[in-house]
Amino acid sequence: MSIDTETARRVAKLARIKVEDDALPALAQEFSAILGFIEQLNEVDVDGIEPMTSVTPQRLKRRTDVVTDGSQQAAVMKNAPDAREGFFAVPKVVE
Amino acid sequence: MTDLSKLTIASSRDALRKGDVSSAELTNAYLGAIEGAGALNAFVHHTPDIAKAQAAAADVRIKSGDAPDMCGIPLGIKDLFCTKGVPSQAASGILNGFKPEYESTVTTQLFDAGAVMLGKLNMDEFAMGSSNETSVYGNAVNPWKFDDRELTPGGSSGGSASAVAADLCLGATGTDTGGSIRQPAAFTGITGIKPTYGRVSRWGVVAFASSLDQAGPMTKDVRDSAIMLEAMCGHDPKDSTSMDMAVPNFEAALTGDIKGKVIGIPKEYRMDGMPAEIEKLWEDGTGMLKDAGAIIRDITLPHTKYALPAYYVIAPAEASSNLARYDGVRFGHRAKLDAGDGITEMYEKTRAEGFGAEVQRRVMVGTYVLSAGFYDAYYNRARKVRALIKRDFDQVFAAGVDAILTPATPSAAFGLGDMVDADPIQMYLNDVFTVTVNLAGLPGIAVPAGVDANGLPLGLQLIGRPWEEGDLLNVAYALEQAAGFVAKPQKWW
Repeated sequence: MSIDTETARRVAKLARIKVEDDALPALAQEFSAILGFIEQLNEVDVDGIEPMTSVTPQRLKRRTDVVTDGSQQAAVMKNAPDAREGFFAVPKVVE
Repeated sequence: MTDLSKLTIASSRDALRKGDVSSAELTNAYLGAIEGAGALNAFVHHTPDIAKAQAAAADVRIKSGDAPDMCGIPLGIKDLFCTKGVPSQAASGILNGFKPEYESTVTTQLFDAGAVMLGKLNMDEFAMGSSNETSVYGNAVNPWKFDDRELTPGGSSGGSASAVAADLCLGATGTDTGGSIRQPAAFTGITGIKPTYGRVSRWGVVAFASSLDQAGPMTKDVRDSAIMLEAMCGHDPKDSTSMDMAVPNFEAALTGDIKGKVIGIPKEYRMDGMPAEIEKLWEDGTGMLKDAGAIIRDITLPHTKYALPAYYVIAPAEASSNLARYDGVRFGHRAKLDAGDGITEMYEKTRAEGFGAEVQRRVMVGTYVLSAGFYDAYYNRARKVRALIKRDFDQVFAAGVDAILTPATPSAAFGLGDMVDADPIQMYLNDVFTVTVNLAGLPGIAVPAGVDANGLPLGLQLIGRPWEEGDLLNVAYALEQAAGFVAKPQKWW
């Protein structure tokens, strides 16, 4: 499958990665090569096969739904690029 | 001081317990070796103060007679592991300056056992790469050379491999999503094991593809891998995929007796255009196991060919989801914004600046295969093929095969920069023999078994039954004994 520059632009947007217009054709070409490689999977007969959800046949462990951690505001905020008054600061989201 | 090139974890443990050497002495010797090895670019964050404090504490513990095997042993830690208060940035610009407020389970267990951290090790960005050339720190360099060219130590655990091979530490942590422990181990003439999925906790290890990622040790020999793996394993309530199962004494499994063990030789691993040297290495290895009393059986794993394409759907899909957290809000890099930029521009600029080209590529491929209209055609189909790949192995093991022998890599280490102009798929082919093991969740180990015409190390891979790392390590031990690989890189750094 060949990916055009419009599709490349849409995927970059979905992935929230800024790609300059002049870089889109090369990106589209790389996607096409990778997807071409992936398309070998169409040769495989997968009729009646369930998609794998867990490689080990184990049921996820259950635990009681209780608070086990917390009160670590300072540690949580420590690495924030912009933290103010105990909050993460971001550009205005709501007008 | 002792010749560091001759030390192993096992011999150091014994010398420490006998009082022949102290952890402080060992640690200082390694810190010195690291100082002199800048040209390898293996250690990217140095932690001498932590190392010295841990060594002093280890020496007290050893004197008191309460010393686990790893007590006082100087290690390197891959940058993918979160280490409290120490830069942990998965070799990515997007985690520039990130110092975790917590410690990964694996490093917690190693430190609780008394191990010493010398520093953090270079790697491919977010563990995406097979040559350590995608790192924000620059390339790690293989201590092995030929023709005076700088070679890749492999990837993604390239710094770990380089450091162990160059005697800058006694062992290193690695992680393996598609071959990232085994391929660099093979490229540098050391041993590395990826355990069964769920054996080692992933908590605190920066996630790449969560259904494939497993941590493991990279060491100078099989015995050291057994010792270090045991310290890394165990159930962790903080990782819901971690298996609640007793951890056996892996070192005790190393008897070297493999009489009657059935070793499978999968015909699908004999690739078109495989170099004659790799073919010969594989044949020699088969002969060695046979001579040691194993029964050799030709087997078939019919879906092998589809492992790499399935991997390049599943791994990027999971990565695109895992790496969504790098948005410039809670940690790491945030782009400088222009007037009028809103939150979307903040995300897009931050991720464009912070992620390198290969990471961007994989995140976008993952986004594409998960997007509406393509999810079934790509992602679900790949998960079905993955189920078939696992079934191939299940059938072979059910028929009585104990372990499978294959080459570890399709070539010896290549030159840094050699693949710059190749398309990404050429680089992906490095993992052709290792990636099946991750898809099937099995344990796999790379053991150095010979050298190529240029004198560079080559490795063989053994694949074991799930949860039977002890048995696998024992077959690897028998192979190691028979191969007698002792070559070391000549010091040029």
